[in-house]
Amino acid sequence: MSTIYILWLRQIKRYLRSRARIIGSLGQPLLFLVALGFGFGPIYQKAGGGNYIDFLAPGIISMSILFTAMFSGIEIIWDRQFGFLKETLVAPVSRFKIMIGRTLGGATVAILQGVIVFVISLFIGFHPNNLALFPLSLVFMFLIALLFTAFGTAIASILEDMQGFQLIMNFVLMPIFFLSGALFPLQGMPKSLVMVASLNPLSYGVDGLRGTLVNGSHFGLFTDFMVLGVVTLVIMIIGSYLFSKIQV
Amino acid sequence: MIKVENLVKKFGNFVAVDKVSFNVEKGQIFAFLGPNGAGKTTTIKILTTLLRPSSGKVLLNGKDPVRDQYDVRCSFGIVFQDPSLDEELTAFENMEFHGVLYKVPKEIRRARIEQLLKFVELWDRKDELVKNFSGGMKRRLEVARGLIHHPKILFLDEPTLGLDPQTRNHIWNYIKEMSREEGMTVFFTTHYMEEAERAAQQVAVIDKGKIIAQGTPEELKKKTKTKSLEDAFLNLTGHSIREQEVSAVERLRSFRRGRRH
Repeated sequence: MSTIYILWLRQIKRYLRSRARIIGSLGQPLLFLVALGFGFGPIYQKAGGGNYIDFLAPGIISMSILFTAMFSGIEIIWDRQFGFLKETLVAPVSRFKIMIGRTLGGATVAILQGVIVFVISLFIGFHPNNLALFPLSLVFMFLIALLFTAFGTAIASILEDMQGFQLIMNFVLMPIFFLSGALFPLQGMPKSLVMVASLNPLSYGVDGLRGTLVNGSHFGLFTDFMVLGVVTLVIMIIGSYLFSKIQV
Repeated sequence: MIKVENLVKKFGNFVAVDKVSFNVEKGQIFAFLGPNGAGKTTTIKILTTLLRPSSGKVLLNGKDPVRDQYDVRCSFGIVFQDPSLDEELTAFENMEFHGVLYKVPKEIRRARIEQLLKFVELWDRKDELVKNFSGGMKRRLEVARGLIHHPKILFLDEPTLGLDPQTRNHIWNYIKEMSREEGMTVFFTTHYMEEAERAAQQVAVIDKGKIIAQGTPEELKKKTKTKSLEDAFLNLTGHSIREQEVSAVERLRSFRRGRRH
């Protein structure tokens, strides 16, 4: 337990100390909320979709969790570079615990980031329907955070250096975000795109968050929760396995 | 304390460690010398459970690093060749992190951290982030960290690289004292032959993955009819300069440096 705790604590301390990173990573969600929210708002309204910012905000909250979580996981590459990974790997603790502690730490940081974006979106004009369901929203935030921190960890365990990083950004992270229904409704989209979106675990996270914050879930909250839960579990197992195989 | 028999490590077709055998007694200070790329760090990685050997037998404190990973990991402390501190944490937090991982009870841990930080003269700066430390300070901190859990064996992979003679002397005196008092076994590599001559009771020289000489510094000098260990070393390993392949980590470092400028 103490091992998991100290690794979790390390992630939190590193996060709280990098003020520049916190503020920097709020820039993108803010830009998306303002530019897309106000830019597409009138068209969305005319098309009968209602308030676009209400639709968009859960997607942008998911986005900031997705990015923060993935980067927390991928940070293992930096740990390898600065040699700190070796220090943890020669200690008499199981790699599984190291992975769990790190992942929980990264996930916590990502949720914090998500909550900050949630608060900001309130100021921009986001009106959550029902705050009584907010604890449930936190559950979805937690699952998204956990899933993608573990996913980042899995990727970082395979990558030896940062050469492949750009590849991951453009061919994994961006598609996951754009093809998740974070920016547009899945109803009425071409079938192939809906197919892709329903294979994308983030779609269920976005949908769950939207369902609990403003109603109007596409897949249904129960499906969202089950799919996200199962995928998270599977990725955690794969991540732990790959992490346990790291040689430095 | 450390027993190695016919140890072999291959990376693809390249044989990094080739049938290496040696023995280190309890409480002994053992220097493992060799030119760049000779197989020193690979051997240390195998001894410290970071790499699996291709074949051969290794025992640390009677345990096998492959099968009894946990027991082996409890028994040693290590100062790596490359830096291995978390720069975003303070000196104290780095020590604390290590102590928790090695399950040193809180009271003992705190007392020990204070004692060690005072010894390496970093106690005044314990709450400063490590990224603000100089190279020498980081090294001192790493040595202190490796000693928190009273290891039976201490591995030092070029521990004094880039340190001034004062610090080097200071650290070695303490390590020797620990070795005498607690019977701690010390296994170290270095490029400073004069340091090996002063500190080591036993020396093994490795080149191209093979051990080419073993004995006390005196014995090696006698054997090669030289006056210093440095001359003995050059006599044994030749004068040609070795090229070493760049590892992925080093590539990453230069990538980062490039990005920053």
